[in-house]
Order: sequence, then C-alpha cells, then structure tokens
Amino acid sequence: MFVINCPYCGEREQSEFKAGGEAHIVRPKQPTELSDDEWAEYLFMRKNIKGIQFERWVHAHGCRKWFNLVRDTSNDVIKAVYKMGEKPPTK
Amino acid sequence: MTKNLRVKTSKYIDETYKISFKFNGTTYYGYKGDTLASALLANNIHLVGRSFKYHRPRGIMTAGSEEPNAIVQLHKNSSRTEPNVRATEIEIYEGLEASSQNCWPSVNFDIGGINNFLSPILPAGFYYKTFMWPASFWEKYEYFIRKSAGLGKSPTEPDPDIYEHKYVHCDVLVIGAGISGIIAAKTSAKSGFKTLLVDEKPYLGGSTIYQNSEHFKINNQISSSWLDKEINEIKKIKNLEVKTRTSVSAFHGYNFLLARENLTDHLPLNQRNNKIRHRLLKIRSKKVINATGSLERPLIFDNNDRPGILLSSAIEKYANLYGVACGEKNVLFTNNDSAYETVISLNQKGINVEAIIDNREEIDSKLIKEAENNNIKIYKGYTVVNTSGYKRVNQVSIMQLSKDGQKVIGTKKSIDCDCLGISGGWTPAVHLFTQSGGKLKFRDEDQVFIPNIYPSDQISIGSCNGEFTLDEILTTTPKTLKEFLNLKKTDYEDLEIQSSFNKSKRNIWLLPSDKIIGKTKPFVDYQNDATAKDIKLALREGFRSIEHVKRYTTTGMGTDQGKLGNMHALGIISETAGTKMGESGTTTFRPPYTPLTFGTIVGRNVGEYFDTFRKTPIHEWHVENKAEFENVGQWKRAWYYPKDGENMHDAVQRESKAARDSAGILDASTLGKIDIQGTDASEFLNRVYTNAWSKLAVGKCRYGLMLNEDGMVYDDGVTTRLGENHYIMTTTTGGAATVLGKLEDYLQTEWPELDVYLTSVTDHYATVSVCGPNSKKIVSQVIPDLDFSDGSFPHMSFKNTKIGKIKCRVMRISFTGEHSYEINIQANYGKSVWEKCMEVGKEFNITPYGTETMHLLRAEKGFIIVGQDTDATMTPIDLQMDWIVSKKKYDFIGKRSLYRSDTIKEDRKQLVGLLTEDPKEVLEEGAQIVADIKSPIEMLGHVTSSYYSPNLKKSIALGVVRGGKNMMGQKLIIPMENKKINVIVADPVFLDKENKRLNA
Repeated sequence: MFVINCPYCGEREQSEFKAGGEAHIVRPKQPTELSDDEWAEYLFMRKNIKGIQFERWVHAHGCRKWFNLVRDTSNDVIKAVYKMGEKPPTK
Repeated sequence: MTKNLRVKTSKYIDETYKISFKFNGTTYYGYKGDTLASALLANNIHLVGRSFKYHRPRGIMTAGSEEPNAIVQLHKNSSRTEPNVRATEIEIYEGLEASSQNCWPSVNFDIGGINNFLSPILPAGFYYKTFMWPASFWEKYEYFIRKSAGLGKSPTEPDPDIYEHKYVHCDVLVIGAGISGIIAAKTSAKSGFKTLLVDEKPYLGGSTIYQNSEHFKINNQISSSWLDKEINEIKKIKNLEVKTRTSVSAFHGYNFLLARENLTDHLPLNQRNNKIRHRLLKIRSKKVINATGSLERPLIFDNNDRPGILLSSAIEKYANLYGVACGEKNVLFTNNDSAYETVISLNQKGINVEAIIDNREEIDSKLIKEAENNNIKIYKGYTVVNTSGYKRVNQVSIMQLSKDGQKVIGTKKSIDCDCLGISGGWTPAVHLFTQSGGKLKFRDEDQVFIPNIYPSDQISIGSCNGEFTLDEILTTTPKTLKEFLNLKKTDYEDLEIQSSFNKSKRNIWLLPSDKIIGKTKPFVDYQNDATAKDIKLALREGFRSIEHVKRYTTTGMGTDQGKLGNMHALGIISETAGTKMGESGTTTFRPPYTPLTFGTIVGRNVGEYFDTFRKTPIHEWHVENKAEFENVGQWKRAWYYPKDGENMHDAVQRESKAARDSAGILDASTLGKIDIQGTDASEFLNRVYTNAWSKLAVGKCRYGLMLNEDGMVYDDGVTTRLGENHYIMTTTTGGAATVLGKLEDYLQTEWPELDVYLTSVTDHYATVSVCGPNSKKIVSQVIPDLDFSDGSFPHMSFKNTKIGKIKCRVMRISFTGEHSYEINIQANYGKSVWEKCMEVGKEFNITPYGTETMHLLRAEKGFIIVGQDTDATMTPIDLQMDWIVSKKKYDFIGKRSLYRSDTIKEDRKQLVGLLTEDPKEVLEEGAQIVADIKSPIEMLGHVTSSYYSPNLKKSIALGVVRGGKNMMGQKLIIPMENKKINVIVADPVFLDKENKRLNA
C-alpha cells in the first residue's frame, strides 16, 4: 500500500485516495467540431505503460483535491507529485 | 508409550509448574514452557496425525512454524475450536485439549489408511483425470471428495473472542529476534531510531540462545551466554519495543507490514475472558531489517515421512531448549555439519546416538572429530535408502553412494533406531522479502536463493541472507547495519569469534535408491502428500512451468506453503528437465506467512459493525411502525409497512392506492443533496446537465439528467434555484457520493476558471414528502402561515418558510405524478415534522409508503429509476427523453457522444412500456423479451420494472427493447420456464399523460 504525498495535506495512506486514470488528457474545448475518431481518441484511448506513468489521483477521504503524480508502474515508486495545472516534471 | 523422555533440566522449562492437557482424550502432563509438541515428545508420542491423501501416520517433524505434519484441532466441538494448529507452536496451558485431524475412527486406526495401499492408482492429477467423466457425475463425486478432503473442522458457533487492529509507526522494524535481529535492534535503538523488534516465538534469541557447545564462542563466552547478556541489555533501551509471539504475516510495498500479535493463546481458557486474543498490527516502518533466519531442509528418500523422523535441528532444540529426548536410539542423516551440532548436544544431555550417516565422503571438522572421539559410528559417503516402522520409525536401511551421487552401490545395511534426524542444509527464509517485491538470486555453491534486489528501504541480515555460520553473521551484520542505518560505528566491531562449522555440503535433491522410483515414496511436500515421483510424472506429462507443476502436484499448496520441501521440488524439476537451477525462479510466496484466523482479519468489524448502515432521522419511527427495510447503498430505507399480517404485495397495493386516492407520505431523506454556490453556478449546471439552466428563475425547481462523457445516463434529480448564485441539487440515493466526486473532478481539473463551490448536505436535512389529492390540505395545516395557492406556489417551485421557529424549505415537486410537497428541515427536526404530518393527515387516511410503492407509483407515470431502468448503456434518446436534451447548448458533459455512429443507431435498446395480454399477469423483472421463439432465439431486450397497478387495475411494465421506439402496438413474447407471455409494446407513461393530477 502506497504512501502518497498529497500536495495539500502531506503524506497519507493510499486508502485515503482514489486513482483517476491517465493524466494530461485535456477535454477538447469544442467537442462538437471533432470527428467521431477524434472524439473516440479523447474518450477511450488510454496508455498502459510499464514504467513511468503520469496519473491523476484525488484525496477522496481527505481534502478532496485532485492532483497528478508520476509513478513507475514496474515497481510502484512514486517519482513526483504535483498540483493540477502545474507542469509535469521533466526528469 | 507412557515413558518419560524428559532429560536434563532446561532453564526454559519450569519443572515446578506442572500442566495437564488432553491429547485424543488421554490426559498427559507437561511443564510451563512446553509446546504441545515438546510435551508429547516428552511422553514419547510421535504419531500426531494422518496425511492428507494417503492417510499415512505422521509425527512431529520440526520445532517451529514450518511444521507440515503435526497439526491438530484444538477444543473440538466448542466455540473456541480451531483447526490446523501447529503443535510445534501452541504453548500448553492447563485444560488444553487437542486432537488429531484427518483420521477416522482414530489416529491409530484410520480407515482412510487404505489409500496408502491404493497409492499406485492415486498419482498426481488423479482427481483431474478420474472425475472428469462423465461430466454430469461431478456432483456425485464432489460429495465424497469434499467429505474426505480438508484437514480440520471449522467452528460452527460464533467466535467468543475479541480481536483488534492497531496501526504502528516506527523508524526501524526488525523481524526476527535471533542473534542478528538482537544485534540489529540494539544497534538501531541505541542510535536513536524508534525501533520495533518482533518474533513469532515466546522467547528471544532464536536458535543461538540454546546453543551450549564450546565450539561456538563470542569474546570467549559460549554464544548463548553472550547473547543472553545482550538480550538483558535491550530490555533497558527506551525507544525499543519488543513484541514476542508476534508473527509477521505480510510484507507489502512501501514497507507496510501486517503482523499478528498473539495475546491469549497460551493462557488457560478461563483466563481469556474479556481479553483481546489477537491483535493485527498494521505496521508502517521507514526501514525494515529482515532477520527471519533460515529453515533446515529435509532429505528426500524413500519413506522419509514416518513418525520419529525429524529435522536434525528440531531434535537439537527439543533437547537443549525443552529438555526432551526425541528418542533413545537416535540416528542422524546429513549432508552437512549441522547434524554434528545436534550430536554434540545430545551427547551433552546423555542421549544415545547410534550412528551418523553422512553422504559426504571426505569430511573433516572439529565437530566431526568430537563426534568421532565420542565413539559414534559415522558412515561416510552413505545414504539412507529406506526406513521401516508403520507408526514409528524402527529401522533405517543405508547404502553407499556412487562417486557421482547418482546411484547406490554395495550392500544394504540396516540400523535399528527409534528416531532419525535429517539435515539437508539450510534454506534462507526469504518469504517476506519476496512478498515485498524483492528479487532473489541463486547461489550455486550451496544451492540457495538469497535476496538480491530490494524494492524498498529494507535489508536482510543473518541466515535469511545466506550467512549460515556464526563468524559470517557476526562479521557481516555490523557492516551491513552501519551502511543501512548510516552509522559511524557499532558495538560489534572487534568481536572475537570462535566457530567450528565447516561449510562443506553435498547437495543431492533426490537421493538415489536401490529401487526404481515408481516403487518408492520419497515425500517432498509432507502435508499434501506430494512425492518426487509425482513431480517427475508431471514433467513427463508435459508440465514445465514451476507454477504449473506446483498446482498439478499440489506441492507447496498446504497450510505450511511447502516451507520444507519447495526447494527440493525446484531441484528435482531442474534436474529432470535438464535446466539450470535458479533459471526457472521460484513459486510465488504469498501472505500470510503462517495462517491467520478470520477473527484476526476482521478485528472489531463483526456483528453490527461488519457492514455499517446509514439511517435517516425518521428511522426510529419506521422501526416502531413495523416497516420492512431495504438496503439502498449504505442506507436502510423503509420498503413497505405491512399491516395486520399483510404480505408485501398486499401492503404495496394498499399504500399505492391510498397515495393516489387521498394522501401518502414518504421519507425521502436519503436522496443526495449537494449545495452549489458561486457566481458561475448556473453556467456549471449548464455544463453538467443535458438541459438549460440559465433561465431558471429564483424559487423554481427543474428536473435534470446527467450523462457521462460517453453519453450514457449517469444520474438524475431535481435541482432548485435558491438564489441568484445558489442552488441545491438532489441526486439518487446511491449516487450521491459519486456524483459529488464527478462534479468536483470537472470543477478542479477541466473548468478551474469557474467560481463554484460544492458541499454535500445530504445528512443535514430530513426530507418528508407528502403526496396525493389531499396533500395540500395536510401540509397547509403543518405550515399554516404559508400561501399554498397554485398561483403563489405552483408545481416545480419552492418556498423558504418556518415551522414554528424552525426554518425549512418546501418544494412542490413530484416523483409520483400526484400533487405533492417535500419539506426539507434540519435533520434533527425530521421526525417531529413527520409525526405532525401523520397527526394532521389522520382524517385524510395519510398512509406511509416505502420504496416499493414509490417505485410502483413512478412506474405508472413512466418515470425512470437510474440504475434500474438504465444501465451504463442507455442514452437519454434511448430512454425516449429527447425533450430533456438541449439542442441549443453548445456543450455539456456527454453531448458529443450522443451523435457518435454507435449512439445514433436506430436499433439500439430503447425504453418502452409493456402491457400483458392478460392484465393480471405480472412479468418478472429481468425476463428476456423476444419476437419469435424460433431457434436460434434473438434476444431483443429485457424487462426492467414490473408491477401490478392497483390504480390502473392491470399489470404494467417497463423494458428495454432493441428498436422498441418504432414497435408501438406490436406483440412481443416473454418466454418463461414453462410458458410464454404475450405482451404489447406501449407508451411508457401509463397514467395521466396530461399531468392533470399534479394540480388536482
């Protein structure tokens, strides 16, 4: 069970959080102008990486804030945690 | 049998404290400090149980938690009974009652023993091969298989004991209190780390603490005396907590561990009341030091499972720690120096050793010399080929090994004995390390797996790290600790160590025999009766993966998880398949390390705390008025209120009729309520609901439908505009939390520019819903000051008002199609408002109704229930709710998906009304809908809601039907088990399509 460093509350048990899938998928501003394929790309297509993955998490049983984290899915090491709207770390 | 084999006193056994216990009904005596196993051995009892498959007599093999054979049932037929308890772990107490398992009528005469003679026809995979045909017979086979399978009996009464869970945080956790664990804990605590030291045994010091030989010395003291002093010192260190009888069950990622602290299992039953039996520790440690030790390996030869055959180290422990001789004519069989330590201990205690069989030819060490000096016959280069003695070993047959160790040569010799100690070297206990995600490497020279890559901040020291000799442990451990804890110095730098152990070992996984393997029974997994023969058979039949061989032969799948024999299984597989040992890896070690009771796992979450429920502020009234309850999410909701022995159908018919004829009252407090505020609240609602919200006037209510981004209906409810920038949204009862979560997600991640604040207020208000033609008369008496005229207070509007001095909100909204009001008031006044409504409603026959009637009333009106009439595949268009989807709005959640190629298909399943040809026939919810009964039958859809309507006096139903929108008036068929029901597709609104009743 992970210990996650919530950017607002600090280190907490994983059981206080919920995962929200891949990060940095921006909802299109003008969905009506997209083709079916383009919309499907946003709606359904997600990566499933063995290695470094950017993920959305929410401190569901805490401050209820969403944030992003970088996790190595091969060993579950959390490399970084950052707030929504902040740029992902580059290394 | 009643011989006393207690030898010289041991300081761990209190001979002034005599304890009586029962084994298989007979009373025996032992002393404080004994385990059940040591006490039985002192009474010369080896035969403890019968094996799983062949029902072979089995005895005590080990002196620890790895025991495969000596597992017993405690306190049979009592609520405290427990199966599969290891006799080697349970400490005896006054009144202990243990009995053998897996035998009938008794352990001495077991009918199932016939399986032993049938064993040629019970090979690996016997069940898979035999009980497959004919398939229809499985149920008959299963009855007998179930009866004969399984070891102990599970309790049939509630567990009277108390269990609890506790969170523990520390800097350093040390697992195992052997010599390396003690050194680690002391070093860590003295360096200022908050340290926790746990060990599964009741005492500290591991196997060093009863080591009495001059051959192993530290600073010129016998190793046990040196360690004794260390242990006395650690008791004085403040930031060190020591927990004995505490077994680590699981080692998860991020140094999260579960350990079971055993608090009362060693106490007499009458001293256990009101005490916590087990405590499950949920440990989060910054650093973990594994000092879990190692397990001695058995040797694999024909009939290596008889009672009286023990691990050599166990014999030593029984002699030194418990002062018990396992036999009077002992023989040892070894491939390394460990057995000589045992021999020396036995000699010290005056216990007779007949002979040592050592499969090594050229050997030389101080230990061996001492054995020779004591005139003990050593057969060098020999192996045991067979044993005899049905219920107790009485003879071993030995032969010389060929140079390559592949076969036996010469003539067979026999040696009489009543106890055979075996030692195949040591296996590091890496179970917890691998559970945590650690990767092992294989060390060729002594054929062991040792820790290699650590997934978290942890380290392994001592014999679990493959350091088996005293000098290795004492030179490596301080260095490792210094680096791991970042220390400059430890107290253990300049120890003077004397260790006579010679590390040579002749590893032969399966010892050769003079017989062909098919005629032998060399057991690898004792508990599951898997032999080397079975493993070879599995390989012949094409199994290659170790995980497949494990499952096919059941090797390592017992309650002991094959702690003794797994390595041999791997060795035999790689030898037979011709692969290099270590390349195929090991099987997966899974938690728990030793079995846990269910009580430990659930802790305090039993009885009413097992699955806690939410109740409304009016709940007690429903209970007093004999409501039946239904679970909706975590809520208990009143389902119906049976009167005078009514069944559910009769109660629902009465309630439904009363609500339409005069007045009904419903507790709607469970509906989710979300308070929405902010300057962008209207814009926010525009984006999350399918319909438009900007033009909703303050004081008005509107029904909204919420979609997922994929266009499928997610939730619905009425939202009221309380002020310019203030709304209250209601959600379905079950959806409240997820809707709030979804809205927060969009607000925070997609639309952070919106000024909107969401607050869950579900529990803050009680909601009393009064409906029916007389609802206005009732509510206006409850709130006499409020203007209830249709002009001032029309349908879909709300008013702030007061009942007495208490503020409340009244909404005129309806889920039944009747004229109705919902009073929302601070939760703690809910019950009194409800009672007031009941009181003034008496003259109108106000009838409380539950969720079942609510469902019926809304079905008459064709209102959907999200989750009953919808699943995650229904769009609003599929529901024939096109009217609620705004064409003008540029965007809302799910809008784009409503015209994907798939969602615009005409033949999607669509919601329709269904009327049965026979108006009395009520359909079954979930029943399939078809057009034709010709095979293959095409399933068009299914019934989602179905009731007998007392108001319409006919059966009504809703269902989803492929292309149903265009099937109005068409005949369809509901095929049931023994009949076909004809239905007509109809408008889903069955009653008052013009909504006249809303204003009646």
